[in-house]
Amino acid sequence: MAWQLAVSFSSLHILPGPLEVVGGLADLIKHGLLLKYVVASLFRVTWGFVLAAILAIPLGLTIGWHRRAEMAFNPLLQILRPISPLAWIPIAILWFGVGDLASVFLIFLGCFFPLMLTAINAVQGVPAVFLNAARNFGLSPGAIVSRVLFPAVVPQLIVGLRITLGIAWLVVVAAEMIAVNSGLGFLIVDARNAGNRYDLVVAGMVVIGLIGLLLDAGMRSLESRHS
Amino acid sequence: MNKLSAQRVSMQFSRDGKTTNVLRDVNLEVAPGEFLCLLGPSGCGKSTLLSIIAGFLSPSAGAVKIDGEAVTGPDPRRIFVFQERGVFPWLTVAGNIAFGLSKLSRTDREQRIAHYVKLVGLEGFEKAYPAELSGGMKQRVEVARALAVNPDMLFLDEPFGALDSITRLTMRRELLRIWEAERNTVIFVTHDIDEAVQLADRVAVMSDRPATIQQVVNIDIPHPRDISSARYLELRDGIFRQLGLAHKV
Repeated sequence: MAWQLAVSFSSLHILPGPLEVVGGLADLIKHGLLLKYVVASLFRVTWGFVLAAILAIPLGLTIGWHRRAEMAFNPLLQILRPISPLAWIPIAILWFGVGDLASVFLIFLGCFFPLMLTAINAVQGVPAVFLNAARNFGLSPGAIVSRVLFPAVVPQLIVGLRITLGIAWLVVVAAEMIAVNSGLGFLIVDARNAGNRYDLVVAGMVVIGLIGLLLDAGMRSLESRHS
Repeated sequence: MNKLSAQRVSMQFSRDGKTTNVLRDVNLEVAPGEFLCLLGPSGCGKSTLLSIIAGFLSPSAGAVKIDGEAVTGPDPRRIFVFQERGVFPWLTVAGNIAFGLSKLSRTDREQRIAHYVKLVGLEGFEKAYPAELSGGMKQRVEVARALAVNPDMLFLDEPFGALDSITRLTMRRELLRIWEAERNTVIFVTHDIDEAVQLADRVAVMSDRPATIQQVVNIDIPHPRDISSARYLELRDGIFRQLGLAHKV
């Protein structure tokens, strides 16, 4: 309501009103583009995120468990970590060409470092009393990992996964603006380039926001089920 | 034969090129089934001594023998009870008590859990998680988890330090009741003189760092102990003086 009123009373054309945006959404649905773009974006996020989780979590847990490995890897990690995944766009395109693979790679990079650091910190944060108790009860090293170390780090890993999924969703939009010809990020750039359709631009933003909210809600329910 | 004997145990820690002597030539003997308290001021090294006895640390010099064998690491026959922090938050009360019982058959395990849940008075809380329990209840879970594997020694490191004074009194009574039923050898670390005199058969009084055992006091009062009796006060005041404390606030 406030949005509609503000837009209709201001003489400047800063933002399309909500009615126009709803019209834009309807347009997208009619042409079958909305579903197609949402699926394309989610597909890339899923692959990038899942691959990063599969590699970064075991690696991070191992590095965190071995003090020396952490000392060896830490400098490299601290240099790579602050580089925005977006800075990798030219290299991603050079390596993988314009297409799904390049954007999956960018999402992977955006998720990999935060997840690995979460895993390292989670292992190092396991209280020594838990490990001493496990040794006291005569557990083998394998059993210590599966029965004590792993359950002790799971809550922190879930929080890390939730934050990282948010990052993945940020990165996919940016990656799609440059590296591919489909998806919600592409929708926004394309709508502007092809005749300044700002109703479609804002429609894309609204959809991105809503899906981001749903992803976060999904991860939160996983989190609460575990605590 | 002694259950445990520590011979000339010394411990040094080095940090930033500075060496701290924590224990110096500690000699200690504990009889089977005995309840011994290690008493000393905070930071004197009594927890370090207990960690060495339990096998979590190896001494810089000297050795600890249990049943005639040198201690080389932790052992499920001797369980260390941490303050309530040692309870696993991802397991229920029953899950925690069953932690050391994975080799037992299902029915044996269930029986063992039921027995120790009852012994520490946690009936009805089997399915509760530690976050839902009070400090005293968590401490009972840890004691039950330790007892469930039938250890022949229990090491307790200021187990009731974080509890309020009323709960602490109840827990002492409970611990004595359990010890009288199970008759494990118990080594109990505390900085609380009253606690030591209420619980122990013998109190080993430790000096400040580098710690040695100054004196071992026999507490020759049968349980249940009357803590206003003349003999109790006499023994307690003796230890007060031994620690160099004025008996006035």
